[in-house]
Amino acid sequence: MSVVTTVLRHEARNLRRNRGVLFFAAGMFLLTESVLRLTGSAPRALVSLLNVVLLIVPLVSVIYGVISWHAAREFNELLLSQPVKRSSLFAALYLGLVAPLAGAFAVGLLLPLLLHRAITTDVLALLAITLGGGIALALVFGGIALLVGVLVDDRLRGVALALALWLLLTVVYDGGVLLVATTFADYPLERPMLALTLFNPVDLTRALIVMQSDTAAMMGYTGAVMHRYLGSLFGTLAAVSGLLLWTFIPAWAGRRAFERRDF
Amino acid sequence: MLVEPRESVVTGRAAIDTATPLVSVRGLTKSYGKRAVLRGIDLALSRGAVTAIIGPNGAGKTTLNKALLGLVHPDGGTILFDGVDVRGSIAHRARIGYMPQSARFPEDSSARDLLTLLGDLRGTERARDEHLLEAFALDRFLDQPVRALSGGQRQRLNAAAAFLFTPELLLLDEPTAGLDPVASSTLKDHMRSVRDDGRAVVITSHILSELQELADQIVFLHEGRVAFAGTLQALQERTGATSLERAIALLMQSDELRAMRGAVETA
Repeated sequence: MSVVTTVLRHEARNLRRNRGVLFFAAGMFLLTESVLRLTGSAPRALVSLLNVVLLIVPLVSVIYGVISWHAAREFNELLLSQPVKRSSLFAALYLGLVAPLAGAFAVGLLLPLLLHRAITTDVLALLAITLGGGIALALVFGGIALLVGVLVDDRLRGVALALALWLLLTVVYDGGVLLVATTFADYPLERPMLALTLFNPVDLTRALIVMQSDTAAMMGYTGAVMHRYLGSLFGTLAAVSGLLLWTFIPAWAGRRAFERRDF
Repeated sequence: MLVEPRESVVTGRAAIDTATPLVSVRGLTKSYGKRAVLRGIDLALSRGAVTAIIGPNGAGKTTLNKALLGLVHPDGGTILFDGVDVRGSIAHRARIGYMPQSARFPEDSSARDLLTLLGDLRGTERARDEHLLEAFALDRFLDQPVRALSGGQRQRLNAAAAFLFTPELLLLDEPTAGLDPVASSTLKDHMRSVRDDGRAVVITSHILSELQELADQIVFLHEGRVAFAGTLQALQERTGATSLERAIALLMQSDELRAMRGAVETA
């Protein structure tokens, strides 16, 4: 049995006792259930949940990831003293972190919709994008969490850095883009704006959702730019490719740092 | 400086080759930034012997242990395990049992799950010494989550995890810290039994009386170098002291070590 399978089996056996993940699943369930009851329809509920997905999933993933990394640090040293390759162990730790988070998000989102029999054909595309975007963000920010965990030894400084990165990518970045856009309003900014969107996984997810739900006005400036210039199959493909790349980069950088560092 | 192999040991089962060291360390160096922690360690660890690694804080004991386990990447030198260079190799770790100083296991997992995980990662070739779980009085707690275990129970689980898979080399970092007298005595009995079995034990501890009772070989690290390596008797002859504690104190005040400290401070 491979290292990844062995560690994941161990994680799965202990999932029922993993309070953090259970709490996240319960929170998502309550949120979706409440929004569904308030709005009365699945499309409106999903649109209302979009900003929550864009903020909460990255926040929970990055903070839970850094905290659980530090809680397991000494045990990870014990695992590294076993006959396992560092790259395999990192892959196992990464999947052991993001799979339960992504699963908790999916269950918390889907269960209320299923219970209310609210999943109809007209909502499928928006639901798929919301679900896929949330899972992608869990992968991206789970990767960022492990990268921060590997690079920063001090737990508090690690959590502070993780929070700063979350704030940068979810809030500050969009503000910066808006500032650039207003400052250079007299210049042709389409391409630079597009490039700036590609550099941020949260903006990419937002853009994907905007293109499906036509809620540009609710989704910030970069969302509007994406909708205007990439509201097409090409735009969707570009955003999906960018997001896939983003799921790969932090995990890849984390693995490299994990292989090189001393414990 | 090398640890001389203990005299040939014969157990009830087979003669043990104590002439060929299980682990040979040559010119091992390691720095963290500008701080040199290991400055050219030469060491041989024999089968059928308990080797005590002693030294003041910052002497390089933990770094040396971690280099043997592959947790730390050395800057220079070689480590041979049974004649094979451990650099880039992971197979030798299936033959090592490691007991870290503090046992921080995942709180949600049960002891049984953790031991199963370690066993699965090591593969099933090596036999499990199931009797250990009973000896360390863990059999009653196997299915409880770690968070429900006391500090002593966790440390017993830590010990059991190191001994369970009949390793050829045991690396024990402050192993009796946090253990009650019964568990501590059981652990020492197991260390002797492992040694008599022809396997090697390396123990790091600040409790020198305990080391005097157990160790066949003493390695004294100072400022990242081996300041003394040999039998307890050789150390006593060199310093004229009868207790290990006194012998180490005299060794640290010796001109040789003062000169070593001076050289490090100048560097």
